[in-house]
Amino acid sequence: MSTTHQFSPVAKLEQKTVVDLILKGKRLDERTPLDYRPVTIMLGTIEKANGSAHVYLGKTKVLVGVKVETGNPFPDTPDQGILTVNAEFVPLASPTFEAGPPDENSIELARVVDRGIRESKAIDLKTLCIDPGKKVFVVFVDVYVLDHDGNLIDAAGMAALGALVSAKMRAFEVKNGELKYKDEMIPLPINNHPVPITSAKIDGTIVVDPCLEEEQVMSCRLTVTTDKDNNVCAMQKGGLGVFTPDEVKQIVSTSISKSKELRQKVLSGVK
Amino acid sequence: MGGQKKTVSLFDDRGLRVDGRRIDELRPIKLEVGILDKADGSAYIEHGKNKILAAVYGPREAHPKHIALADRAVVRCRYHMASFSVEERKSPAPSRRELELSKVIREALEPSIMSEYFPRATIDLFIEVLQADAGTRCAGITAASLALADAGIPMRELVAGCAAGKIEGKVVLDLSDIEDKQGEADLPVALMPKSNVISLLQMDGSMSEDEFKQALEMGTAACRKIYEMQREALRQKYLVAREGNEEKEEMAEVKA
Repeated sequence: MSTTHQFSPVAKLEQKTVVDLILKGKRLDERTPLDYRPVTIMLGTIEKANGSAHVYLGKTKVLVGVKVETGNPFPDTPDQGILTVNAEFVPLASPTFEAGPPDENSIELARVVDRGIRESKAIDLKTLCIDPGKKVFVVFVDVYVLDHDGNLIDAAGMAALGALVSAKMRAFEVKNGELKYKDEMIPLPINNHPVPITSAKIDGTIVVDPCLEEEQVMSCRLTVTTDKDNNVCAMQKGGLGVFTPDEVKQIVSTSISKSKELRQKVLSGVK
Repeated sequence: MGGQKKTVSLFDDRGLRVDGRRIDELRPIKLEVGILDKADGSAYIEHGKNKILAAVYGPREAHPKHIALADRAVVRCRYHMASFSVEERKSPAPSRRELELSKVIREALEPSIMSEYFPRATIDLFIEVLQADAGTRCAGITAASLALADAGIPMRELVAGCAAGKIEGKVVLDLSDIEDKQGEADLPVALMPKSNVISLLQMDGSMSEDEFKQALEMGTAACRKIYEMQREALRQKYLVAREGNEEKEEMAEVKA
């Protein structure tokens, strides 16, 4: 069952500081409301994965690894490969994370990242079919949160995109339904580049890329994932607050413009 | 979305949809309040072919005790689909989708609940989808909000839910199952109509910024219509019941 979340008492004490600053148009880390934290992206850091990316978003650190294996297709899409996104909130990343089965927050994170990749048709799953109805490639995108300082969705989304665009798989050919690998490596068939941008509402002000302290006092957040053609491909509202329709429209426009430079940043690292 | 091999045209030559609706027309909606005996509040919704029950228990003592909050009630929500509610049998174990929906539905309804009146208590919200035909989270919210009102829980206002989306390049309201499967985008919205604020917003598919704005307008307008139906359903249950009682009392007085 989904249960009301309790924030630490410290968050309540910090609330006034965060809100007072925001009313003056400032933030804890001296950003303006529409500033994004500095982003660092390192691709291919895990050699044994098909693709991988470390993303530092301010002090938030997320690692995504991509593995490509074979498996059975879903009955309703017998001629398509499979995309699976999973998120691990590893206990070393935050005092609030506990080992164990995924909770609703990590499931939400994985599903929002999944929706961005799936709905923008970022991976050409049709080319990942080996034997229709019997065998296809499965692309596992595994999100590892290593240090939680807020806005995990954006960090995970960018890391997933970086890992996918830099991923390599063995070249293959299919003869009479038999899979034969070749020696050379080829990139994954990636056609689109979804980037999520999250904004938070704090005391009526919209700020982009909330840090952890801001997330703890925000009333709600809205993630808007846009693709390379500036179409919206996924959205997710979270938190106990509400948005006016005008705020939503405002956030969508900001997200479209912010995503351009971040998409460029992720793609510029691809060799 | 997509992926189905057999595709049919979603519009006929008159521009009507597969079930004969116009692009901005809702499916028929039936609402009933207070239909479960044991629950503190309950409601039933039929939204097109969706058939959904919602029940509220509480405010009641938090159990286990450690989940209690000192300054407000804990709201718990479980969205669940019956195994027979969909075409192919669904495992009754909660899926990742159901866990996510339980969370977003709770976050859609919690802003309307004055939970600060009941510290250390829980308010439990159960949504059982008996038959699903696209748009279950929105219909579930519409029903659950009525169940909360039926339980007598103080609320800022009702919450109504409805999805908009895009099929064959056109922005349409309230997608049915086939439209959702073949369509290009789905945008579930929940609105608190009096204060005109959005408490649930999700999207998947592909829409331009203008299409999104159009779909959002369409979705929120439909939520306002559903809100009127919710008020009528509560009136049916409580106003009519009270008038009935008054008549009986008058009759009794006349007899005496």
